[in-house]
Amino acid sequence: MKAFSYERPDTPEAAAMAAARPGARLIAGGTNLLDLMKLQIETPVHLVDINRLGLDRVEATAEGGLRIGTLVRNADLAADARVRKDYGVLSRALLAGASGQLRNKATTGGNLLQRTRCYYFYDTARPCNKREPGTGCAALQGYNRIHAVVGASDQCIATHPSDMAVAMRVLDAQVETVSATGARRVIPIADFHRLPGNTPHIETSLQPGELITAVTLPAPIGGRHVYRKVRDRASYAFAVVSVAAIVDAADGRIRSARMAFGGLAHKPWRVEAAESALIGSTFGDATGAAFQAAADGVLAGARGYGHNDFKIPLVRRTLQAALNEAAAG
Amino acid sequence: MKFENQAVRDDGSLGVTRRAVFHTGAALATVTVSSMVHAQAAPAGTSPDAGGAPLAPELPPQRMAITLDINGQARQLTVDTRTTLLDALRENLQLTGTKKGCDHGQCGACTVLIEGRRTNACLTLAVMHDGQAVTTIEGLAQGDQLHPIQTAFLKHDGFQCGYCTPGQICSTAGMLAEVKMGMPSHVTRDLNAPAGPLTDEEIRERMSGNLCRCSAYPNIVAAIKDVSGAAA
Repeated sequence: MKAFSYERPDTPEAAAMAAARPGARLIAGGTNLLDLMKLQIETPVHLVDINRLGLDRVEATAEGGLRIGTLVRNADLAADARVRKDYGVLSRALLAGASGQLRNKATTGGNLLQRTRCYYFYDTARPCNKREPGTGCAALQGYNRIHAVVGASDQCIATHPSDMAVAMRVLDAQVETVSATGARRVIPIADFHRLPGNTPHIETSLQPGELITAVTLPAPIGGRHVYRKVRDRASYAFAVVSVAAIVDAADGRIRSARMAFGGLAHKPWRVEAAESALIGSTFGDATGAAFQAAADGVLAGARGYGHNDFKIPLVRRTLQAALNEAAAG
Repeated sequence: MKFENQAVRDDGSLGVTRRAVFHTGAALATVTVSSMVHAQAAPAGTSPDAGGAPLAPELPPQRMAITLDINGQARQLTVDTRTTLLDALRENLQLTGTKKGCDHGQCGACTVLIEGRRTNACLTLAVMHDGQAVTTIEGLAQGDQLHPIQTAFLKHDGFQCGYCTPGQICSTAGMLAEVKMGMPSHVTRDLNAPAGPLTDEEIRERMSGNLCRCSAYPNIVAAIKDVSGAAA
């Protein structure tokens, strides 16, 4: 690890100002950042510890939703009675991620900001446009089993590793921030993570020093909440493919459906237009024309890079399983 | 780049001030002084803060005085800011019961309880826990009287080489507290029902952050099931 100075500011504004310095980094749970610092993939010269800023409560909003402080730990958010009751997809996604120890430490804001687990991003002996812009992408011609099949570019085919973010996307969460100037803004989760394009090293719409203070959820979204995760072992592994779905049905027919996907892209993948294909279809018939149209919509433009070709049919099967699970209640 | 480096060097007094203050060991003073310094520093740097080479020069090692409550005892130490809690325990405090396995948060051998919550000591910095309570494997027994989890691991032979065992036992202590608080797991069928019994499936899922390369898992599960019944 490279040497760094350390401070613990006592307001979010002071933290944002400190984090705007060149080479500074905010640290919360640190479960991803410190790992990357040990490997010298991240080399901050100054760490701004935000763990004692408060920002660790889940509160009701005037709109009937929840405001989740950025420092609410993943374990606590998953166990929150309101989240379990009204936002089951979020509890399930959180519980599907990492281990008990990591969920005790990892935070809501930090989870959104975690970085890809692309092998070549981690291997400093190999080119990576995300780690060192302009050096190339070793994954394109390499072993790319865990890589993106939608939204990728010829500069980067990394995926976003978060489970929580996929649930946040299906719930239309909003990210609240404060900047170094003290300005506050709200970023819809759909606009928070970026596709790689020609700048895969820029992963979010946050500005330097901008600090996430909370993530808000809208009023509860009725329907069956499901998070289905396919991974290489039964626990403690990243998603190969995951689906967060909220399906509302009446008289056996789907009234509304939302679905977001993990493991497919540089950001949680959601195609709203594809969801409308399911409306009016028979709940529990995850094989018919409506299902096929929805899956086609999600996978529009999908392409594999060799080792990850299997993900494309796997998306269909995982969506099918998720919809069946929702129908079965 | 050059200009920005210069701007940071102009901040040089900051480094000296911070180091001097850190040696007082007063976290509050540290925060106050460094906040003041930063209040004067104009926010610089327009490049997105997303990894890669930093825009600031490398620093010499930075040291800081902290106090940790280790197993009920206040311990004062001065550490390089880079020191993980794991290395502080093992190297600075000679509490070598907590083991270093992967050092990347994947194996769970370094599990300790921070403020009662199980945590990977390798993935957190000692300076981040100034003033907080840490329980290690050395803190579980009462003198010669073993903790019930330790007794259960002995009774069920819940280990082979023993290297992962301190982490397994500390993780079990934290996990049982989570169950007591009603926290669900990935395999919990109904998120809104009262917590059911701690089945083998629940134990395996909740303990998945602790690897055992000897694969003593069946006996570890038996030990935990035994002690969880005793604790209920």
